[in-house]
Amino acid sequence: MRFAFVATLILTMLSGAARSFEVEDHVIYRATPESGVLRVISTADRDVFEPIILAFQAENPGLTVDYTIAGTSDLMQAIHVENAVFDIAISSAMDLQTRLANDGFARTYEDADTGAMPAWASWRNQIFAFTQEPAVLLVSDAYFSPGTAPRTREELIELLRADPERFAGRIGTYDVRRSGFGYLMATQDSRNSDVFWRLMEVMGRLDAKLYCCSGEMIRAVSDGELALAYNVLGSYAALQQDKIKGFQIVEFEDHVNVMLRTALIPANSQNAGAAQRLIDFLTALNQRPDLVEVSGLPAVNPTLLQNNTALRPIRFGPELLVFLDQLRRSNFLRNWENSLLQN
Amino acid sequence: MKPRGSIRRRLFFQLSGVAAILSLAFFLIVRVVAERAAEGTQDDILAASATAITDSLRSEDGQVTLELPYSALSMLQTVHQDRVFYRVVAAGETLTGYDDLPVPDPAPTRGQPVFETIYYRGDSFRVVAILRPLGPASAATDVVVLVAQTRLGLEAISRQITGVATGVGVGFFLLATALSLWAAGSALTPFDRITGSVLRRGPKDLRPVTADTPAELVPLVEALNNFMARLRASLLRTEDFITEAAHRVRTPLATVRAQAEVTHRKLNKPEHKQAIREMIRAIDECSRSAGQMLDHAMVTFRTDSLARDDVDLVALMAEAVERLGPTAELKDIFIRQDLPSEPVPFRGDGILLQAALQNVLDNAIKYSPEDSEITVAVEVGEALRLSVTDQGRGFGDADLSRLIGRFERGGNVGQVVGSGLGLTIANDVANAHDGRLSIANNKEGQGVCVSLLLPR
Repeated sequence: MRFAFVATLILTMLSGAARSFEVEDHVIYRATPESGVLRVISTADRDVFEPIILAFQAENPGLTVDYTIAGTSDLMQAIHVENAVFDIAISSAMDLQTRLANDGFARTYEDADTGAMPAWASWRNQIFAFTQEPAVLLVSDAYFSPGTAPRTREELIELLRADPERFAGRIGTYDVRRSGFGYLMATQDSRNSDVFWRLMEVMGRLDAKLYCCSGEMIRAVSDGELALAYNVLGSYAALQQDKIKGFQIVEFEDHVNVMLRTALIPANSQNAGAAQRLIDFLTALNQRPDLVEVSGLPAVNPTLLQNNTALRPIRFGPELLVFLDQLRRSNFLRNWENSLLQN
Repeated sequence: MKPRGSIRRRLFFQLSGVAAILSLAFFLIVRVVAERAAEGTQDDILAASATAITDSLRSEDGQVTLELPYSALSMLQTVHQDRVFYRVVAAGETLTGYDDLPVPDPAPTRGQPVFETIYYRGDSFRVVAILRPLGPASAATDVVVLVAQTRLGLEAISRQITGVATGVGVGFFLLATALSLWAAGSALTPFDRITGSVLRRGPKDLRPVTADTPAELVPLVEALNNFMARLRASLLRTEDFITEAAHRVRTPLATVRAQAEVTHRKLNKPEHKQAIREMIRAIDECSRSAGQMLDHAMVTFRTDSLARDDVDLVALMAEAVERLGPTAELKDIFIRQDLPSEPVPFRGDGILLQAALQNVLDNAIKYSPEDSEITVAVEVGEALRLSVTDQGRGFGDADLSRLIGRFERGGNVGQVVGSGLGLTIANDVANAHDGRLSIANNKEGQGVCVSLLLPR
């Protein structure tokens, strides 16, 4: 069953078999009187993105925002395969966004107002990053008193090996077969260090639980159901920490993958002007601390990256296409399954 | 003379035309060479990427498989964020990658990669195709690896090179044009020098041109010199002829005049006496003209090599009056001498000055009515003025400036016989001494005032 699902996913992503993309949620922020519609397809949850949309709408009266929420691979499916009409696509999957731009599905926006943005925060004037979100380790307060959490992956491996009974069935991570974000983080980890595969091996032996989304992992850790969760989206965790207690966020000291949330204008956009305004609005997010506060989306901040060299933003470029290669992907997933699904 | 074309302009246009052609050639060569180099660089990187992929190809249980190397695509990362496509074809079937990426025609063979520029997905792409056989030699599978990259980086380099080449080419052209302007001017300076040396000459200077002459102009200058020598010889011959003729005429005329006077005394009949007097007057006139021609020839010779003696202008004037005194008496003309008591010294050719004064005075006597007065004066003012004022009929309405021309005569000479050479001689002498001849109608009543003005 699970294999069949993976196969379908691969097929639909890369060979373009007919399959309708799945919509997780659909919200319309109607403006009265209405002078235009901006159709947004996004992977960001409604409660995360709603404040941004409302603030944008306040600056652009009369613009109705049609907000469609889909998974990263459904977004890819919608635009790359089905040519669904959207004016702007916002995704946390940098590799898929890169592929959209590389394959010619994105429109160029030459005059983007990215004055304060670093050069690495955009690609081909088609993909524009507006957040930097680290993948972090969540540890439950029930298992770790403050200051005892592991600081590197090596320490984590030692900890898990030293006390298998304590952690068996109590650790979680992304099911990279189902989550584009999880897959991106895992592949970047595998590229950055050899420790990754040992960690997967150890986690597999401890019968790690697999999750589709960061939200579930955050809840499980705060409940004490999990002792720790690896590669959770840090921005979501930080937002949740204010509401539900019971866990700490650990940014590793060896390296932290930093994902950039990006926006692009699909080639078949029908309201590119409004989409460009939204891109300018998003890339200026670092000038709106109020929105960063309520959405929990950390704006691009080059200074932060300079001060903490362990933070490694994933770079745009054709190399992001490597792990989207169908053979490479199936190889990677096979290795991953061999490591993680031992029982 | 109306000029036909200009050597300077032609030189300038030809030189700048050459510069323009060279600039254009430079521009094209730089562009072609640099773009080849840039294209070669892109081809090298594409080939390295495709080779990295072929090196990762494996044959497992007769199945071709590939672990796409990260470096194969990361090495194609460019500043200009080029798009990248790849395709792996095993035994005609797409193994992975973009299956619409066309395999170049002709297809690559072993060890012989194919490079091609294609239009694909809305952009211009450079494609490399490499073929690698996989598996046992007996049943090898041919695997073709294609890697394609847009040419944005190449185009940016090309734009940059074009910009630099254009700048350098235009700069070179402008510099060359300025230099050719200078060169054209400089090549023609000998012309200006020779022209100047010819223009600066006096009207009678027919010496050969000796200014520095470049080899190319030697024939022209030699021809000019040759021509001037011939002209000079011809002029000398003419003057010689006139002198000779005047000489030959004067001596027999003197004899004829002496005989006529003798005859005049012998004759008794008044009508016969009258006829002989007429004859003597004609003979005088004739001999006077011959004298003037001799004077003129002498002036022409002597001005070529002007003597600079110390002379006294008062004495010269007095001598002229003394010589022409008898002629004046014949017409009952009184010559009033308004001369200073002190000598007026001057450095010049005494013989020429004497001839000039005599001619002016002779003219005055000739055109004065009988029983009139002529005033000669020497004044020392801003210039030295030697003037002769008569009470004659004047020059009428004739253009005073033209009177000094050779053989020009006044507008109302009437019956008086004359050659018209007198004032010419006086003028030539004045010019030879850096002075001038001034002719004015007499301010005090009738007559003319002719002055020889000499510098102090």
